[in-house]
Amino acid sequence: MEVFKNVLCPFCGCCCDDLEVEVDSNKIINVKNACALGRGKFLSIGEHRLLKPLVKVDGELVETDLEKAVEKTVEMIKNSSYPVFYGFGCASCEAIKLCLEMADLSGGLADNISVVCHGPTILGLQDMGIPSATLGQIRHRADLIVYWGCNPVEAHPRHTIRYGPLSSGRFVTGRKSRRMVVIDVRKTPTATMADVFMQVKPNSDFEILTALRALVNDLDLEVEEVDGVPVAKLEELADMMINAKFGALFFGLGLTMSYGKEHNIEAAIALVRDLNKKTKFVMIPMRGHFNVTGANEVFTWQTGYPFCVDFSMGYPRYNPGETSAVDVIARGECDLLFIIGADPCSHLPHYIVERLKNVKLVVLDPSITPTVKMADVAIPVAYVGIEASGTAYRMDGVPLQLRKVVDPPPGILSDVDVLNRIVRRLK
Amino acid sequence: MVNLVKMILVSGRSLEQGLGKEASKFSKRYIDVTAVCQLDPEDMSRLSIGEGESLRISSQHGSIIVKAVKSKHAPHPGVIFMAYGPWVNNLTSPETHGTGMPSFKGLEVEVEPVKTAERS
Repeated sequence: MEVFKNVLCPFCGCCCDDLEVEVDSNKIINVKNACALGRGKFLSIGEHRLLKPLVKVDGELVETDLEKAVEKTVEMIKNSSYPVFYGFGCASCEAIKLCLEMADLSGGLADNISVVCHGPTILGLQDMGIPSATLGQIRHRADLIVYWGCNPVEAHPRHTIRYGPLSSGRFVTGRKSRRMVVIDVRKTPTATMADVFMQVKPNSDFEILTALRALVNDLDLEVEEVDGVPVAKLEELADMMINAKFGALFFGLGLTMSYGKEHNIEAAIALVRDLNKKTKFVMIPMRGHFNVTGANEVFTWQTGYPFCVDFSMGYPRYNPGETSAVDVIARGECDLLFIIGADPCSHLPHYIVERLKNVKLVVLDPSITPTVKMADVAIPVAYVGIEASGTAYRMDGVPLQLRKVVDPPPGILSDVDVLNRIVRRLK
Repeated sequence: MVNLVKMILVSGRSLEQGLGKEASKFSKRYIDVTAVCQLDPEDMSRLSIGEGESLRISSQHGSIIVKAVKSKHAPHPGVIFMAYGPWVNNLTSPETHGTGMPSFKGLEVEVEPVKTAERS
């Protein structure tokens, strides 16, 4: 048996890098230090696996070989008038770079799953900047942790332990040295851990953030409550924030997906900016998939823009709301959707999925998903971070190395190897 | 008893949804967690609906029938929760409001019980 230490977890944006994976005869038999989600991923890679390339013939998916699937994909991209390259939350940075090259070569559009998570965060920080830090700085220094519109106990299970209120830092040690605040619409498992839980109404975040800004700036609120939250409670929270030596705001999709979207983020950034006039305060978005941050990084290096990049004019053009994958599919402009590291048929609104019936689909995925079932071409790839190495960015923008601990099933290549074959033929 | 109630739908992640996703999106585990709606117990009483009974949820964009379960994160009267997945996405809005992102949270929906005869 071989034990791989300090393995990066390819599940959520925490990218925990202390996993121990026990491998015997190329089979993962145990995973230590991982949360239930990470452990579940490592131990279930053999199940529901896509093992052979598939192509649609007369409405049915039939097995084919890799060369024929690659050839068919290249032909479909060349014949497409406007291909969209989408996904990347579960792909390595190296694979993302190749897909951007394909979008550029074909005059298509490249977009990542930020459009179903933190796209509004990006819009907000482009307008305002973001006072941020690494998770390590927060672990070692933060004496106040605020979770707003997120539920890490269920979505990022080790966040509170490794980086949040339960973590043991160099200068701030353990739960007793930190205050914890949760702001959410339900009393989630994360909320039950908090010193202060502030329950807010759905779609009221902008008002609450704006009221907190007023209080932090020593203004009086001439009302008893703001959207159902007593002003006394807001004053208590504002005082906690001002009196923290080092505060950290982690925010999730409760802010980005509610009414106001990027305006909620701008209000949150403005609050943190105001707090920095009185103390030290930082903020980090709780990114969901393990490399969605990497997708934004690679898109920005390569094109200047973090998502929603259109190449149809021969140069990168960026206008979310017009050039997002969702908008383009909704308007019926896309005739080919190339998907890697995502399952849009499960996670996009049904209205958008309906429109994919008129769009050719090419999918690179290790497993059989609803999107694979709808595909015209499906090519199996290795699980990056388990069966292939690569680079991923943690939610705080720190790049880390994904490791290979087992070989993929026979005949299955990494996504980078498959993409290289496609790109070579496109040139 | 009330037949139809306007509520706010919030979709989101849950631990069980994450585990079900890794087990397979065609697995019973995934379906059992994504094809259910969590309601505040008071709202369940208002609708005269019991644990595991069917209810119809309708939005401007579609309508689904899913099982009702009592929320473990109550009280949140007037707010229902569904885990991310294909079911809730029948209700979510494709409108991106200039951001590129559809609207997955804070949606206005109508909720009503489904009688056994109607369901079959």
